[in-house]
Amino acid sequence: MFEYCTDPDTLSQFRWFSCFLTTGVHMSFYISFFKVLALLAITAPIALGFGFFGAMAARSPFLPLSWLGRGYIANVRGIPDIAFFLFFVIALDQAFEWARHKIKCPDWDQPIRQGSDFIVCKAAKLPLGTSPEWMHESYGFFLATITFALVFGAFAASVLYGGMRAVPHAQIETAEAYGMSPRQTFWRIIVPQMWVYALPGLSNLWMVLIKATPLLFLLGIEDIVYWARELGGTKTSKFTAYPHGDWRMWYFLFLLVFYLAFTRVSEISLEKLMVRLTHGQATSGGEAQRKAAA
Amino acid sequence: MKKLILATAAMALTASMAFADGHSTTVRMGTEGAYPPYNFINDAGEIDGFERDVGDELCKRAGLTCEWVKNDWDSIIPNLVSGNYDTIIAGMSITAERDEVIDFTQNYILPEDSAYVAASEGVDLKGGVIAAQTATIQAGYVASSGATLVEFATPEETLAAVRNGEADAVLANKEYLAPLVEESGGALIFVGDPVPLGGGVGMGLRESDDELREKFNVAITSMKADGSLNILLVKWFGEGIQTY
Repeated sequence: MFEYCTDPDTLSQFRWFSCFLTTGVHMSFYISFFKVLALLAITAPIALGFGFFGAMAARSPFLPLSWLGRGYIANVRGIPDIAFFLFFVIALDQAFEWARHKIKCPDWDQPIRQGSDFIVCKAAKLPLGTSPEWMHESYGFFLATITFALVFGAFAASVLYGGMRAVPHAQIETAEAYGMSPRQTFWRIIVPQMWVYALPGLSNLWMVLIKATPLLFLLGIEDIVYWARELGGTKTSKFTAYPHGDWRMWYFLFLLVFYLAFTRVSEISLEKLMVRLTHGQATSGGEAQRKAAA
Repeated sequence: MKKLILATAAMALTASMAFADGHSTTVRMGTEGAYPPYNFINDAGEIDGFERDVGDELCKRAGLTCEWVKNDWDSIIPNLVSGNYDTIIAGMSITAERDEVIDFTQNYILPEDSAYVAASEGVDLKGGVIAAQTATIQAGYVASSGATLVEFATPEETLAAVRNGEADAVLANKEYLAPLVEESGGALIFVGDPVPLGGGVGMGLRESDDELREKFNVAITSMKADGSLNILLVKWFGEGIQTY
């Protein structure tokens, strides 16, 4: 990075660190922070969407749809995350490849499963064996996003379902008395008001989601925890210009500070959001706001 | 004369085939990237080490385009058989158990010694607590030696266990341990006798991938024949390594 970095052995401590912390491999570490943030930014809205549809399905008067919603919530909430992450991603990947195989190579006569091997024709590989590494990484990231969204969507569905039911019944009866159809009641009365009841649960979920990002490494994505472990490990002078002992503790300490700071910032913004949502609501919080203003 | 023409024709044919293949096939090489000098991540963040050099040379000779992929040691075989990459080139010793699940090329490192490293002399290697990396031949050996085995996902953690006293000693490839012992300033020492383990290191491939395995076998043979493999062995492992 800097010109004086050519011979690290001769440097003063400060300069040594300035070189050490800007090596190519450290850059990968810094980039992985953006990967984690990007995953959160993409996953959270999708999970919320899954949750919304899940909750809508679960409270549907049409029975099969209701079963579907309830089944989704119960299953995903019941299966341990780690089992879900290990099994589901491989199954999803193989399902995609199997479907592409059936479409693209109809004359393939060999079995797809040969012992423990899973073999589809070359054209059905996803991504293609010839595609560059970044495509493989984006595909892995895409699978991770779906899996995270699906898992956290089920929890969000459960929270939103509770939120929808918590809207005071008198309001719904009044809406019906005004002649609103069930659909109108849902969109005009329930949905705008449910958030204040759902937010404490949702903010909890967001905190759990932030902390769950190290699971990314299980999916083969090099996240911050992977790099902290790799960079902190003992390095001998034979294989690096910056030999050091076991520094994993310092790297993990840095991650700890990062996660703590991140959850604190989230907490503050969620509190602000709560204050806004409470405004004018028939809840104890809303009542307190009204009294304070008066 | 006729022979000469035939030979040239055959050579031209194989050359053009290799050329055509080189453009159509990308081979993804899976490695761990945490086991110097076999494979590790260098300061620039790239995969480096003996196997990087050997792998690139083999691909060149076989006329393949190779792409390097990192994967955890724990799941390196499952990800190979499910097709996420095409080869394992990660200091993996050829053993009968692994051979049931995947196939190996001929070895490109001769059977080597594993060694014990401890914090002090006089530890009980047959009855004490010995650390090893999960799913390695060393872990298998420790389990059958009567000692208590503690397994870790990465080689780094096995050494850390010895440093903080969680394990009495660690068993790993001697070549991996040597630089670490050398630079520990006496905190880590070799103890006991080296243990010869495994059938040498080879590349792992899917059982259904015979064609690719043959290509690599031919390339390894040619590297053994012209001595280029020996040069790389000495470059990364020093003069003490057994050469072909």
